[in-house]
Amino acid sequence: MAQLFHRGANNIVKASLALVVILGGTAFYAYTQIARSSYLTNRYLERQQPVQFSHRHHVGDDGIDCRYCHTSVESGASAGIPPTQTCMNCHNQLWADSPYLEPVKASYRDNKPIKWERVHDLPGFAYFNHSIHVAKGVGCSTCHGQIDNMPSVYQENTLQMEWCLSCHRNPEQFIRPKSEIYNMDWKDSDLTADERNKLKTDYKIRSRELLTSCSTCHR
Amino acid sequence: MLRNKPRAEVMKSRIPGRTLAVAACILTLLFSVGCRYDMQDQPRYKQYKSSEFFGDGKAMQDPPDGTVARGQLQENKALYTGKKEGVDINAPVESTTDAKGNTIVATFPNDVEELPLPLTKELLERGEQRYRVFCIVCHGPVGKGDGMVVRRGYPQPTTYHDDRLRNAPVGHFFDVITNGWGKMNGYSSQIPVADRWAIVAYIRALQASQNPNPKSVTAGDTPGANETKTDGNQESTNTEPAANGGAK
Repeated sequence: MAQLFHRGANNIVKASLALVVILGGTAFYAYTQIARSSYLTNRYLERQQPVQFSHRHHVGDDGIDCRYCHTSVESGASAGIPPTQTCMNCHNQLWADSPYLEPVKASYRDNKPIKWERVHDLPGFAYFNHSIHVAKGVGCSTCHGQIDNMPSVYQENTLQMEWCLSCHRNPEQFIRPKSEIYNMDWKDSDLTADERNKLKTDYKIRSRELLTSCSTCHR
Repeated sequence: MLRNKPRAEVMKSRIPGRTLAVAACILTLLFSVGCRYDMQDQPRYKQYKSSEFFGDGKAMQDPPDGTVARGQLQENKALYTGKKEGVDINAPVESTTDAKGNTIVATFPNDVEELPLPLTKELLERGEQRYRVFCIVCHGPVGKGDGMVVRRGYPQPTTYHDDRLRNAPVGHFFDVITNGWGKMNGYSSQIPVADRWAIVAYIRALQASQNPNPKSVTAGDTPGANETKTDGNQESTNTEPAANGGAK
């Protein structure tokens, strides 16, 4: 029986096998990168809000503490969106006639809440509670970035599960003293590794197994 | 039946079956994509979500007027309002007029004079922390009315460091934080009751710090008692509040 394939066909088979591996690998890598891209995670996407509210001005320039508006961050699951009255504490006098404030004044006048665009939206199957994170030494800027530099707030991190786990596996790399939770300029390098390990003990942070167990976040 | 069929016909009937299986797989995959988004955006309310069900469009509803949650009866009038029990609301209030023609209330007959919470180091520290969150923006770091918001043009609040407010009962400060005063809005929605009293205690400490005269401040409210605990000897700590109380 005559040879069906030319002798060089062996090389073609080897090359195509290699190509399958290379192409497959590239495709998989591309998939992982696309899944993490801001196109899919909405990271760095600045949202247009109904009011031109600037965190950079109120936090950065005026030095107003996060908790002045986000009052329930230490006691509840949600950090709290301030009622319009909180805006009016200052803006009943300051810039009271500015057209930029009209949506706020209308909200106050008509007793209708302002419809803010949600920036950080976790999927419904993920349980998250602000108060426990704040109580265990996770600062605002660790997750939210330097809000005091954001004229309009964007999502600083992917909010993907691997990002949550990066801290739940090694919390000692990210925690800080209680007094620095609301400090926007805090750097993780401000404490040595030993000091952060001590904090982890002081805060009684649970074991890696418990922090990464499924039902910790999926309840 | 099958045996009688010609071979080609059997082949024909197999192919649609395989195509069906592939199509079913693709459909299942498509549905699984749909599932992911259903789980992602579940039909339940999160905090601050809007709702088409309720008339005001809010998912978070206020409890009906007059509802008292378990353990929230708030019987302790002094603690929850800063007002004395059984006091005539129409009791005469002394007031004077300043140079600008503003009426200044000088006496507060209905307001409690004693903190309804035990004055502890923790309470003062909590008060300092809360003061720095909520009050410092207008009243400034020591209560002189020079906060950042005032520097931006908000009408300047009066300083804590004049005789009128030094002599005002603690209940007055609680009342102002709760219900507002002049241009200041009430902060009852932002600051829980216990924190309001902590702030009041800290304001007393601020007043003492700017006017270190033991006779001019209420005894138990001064931070001095706590400070002497750390630097002074134990005996002076025990006698000092009593002496001040006598003076008051």
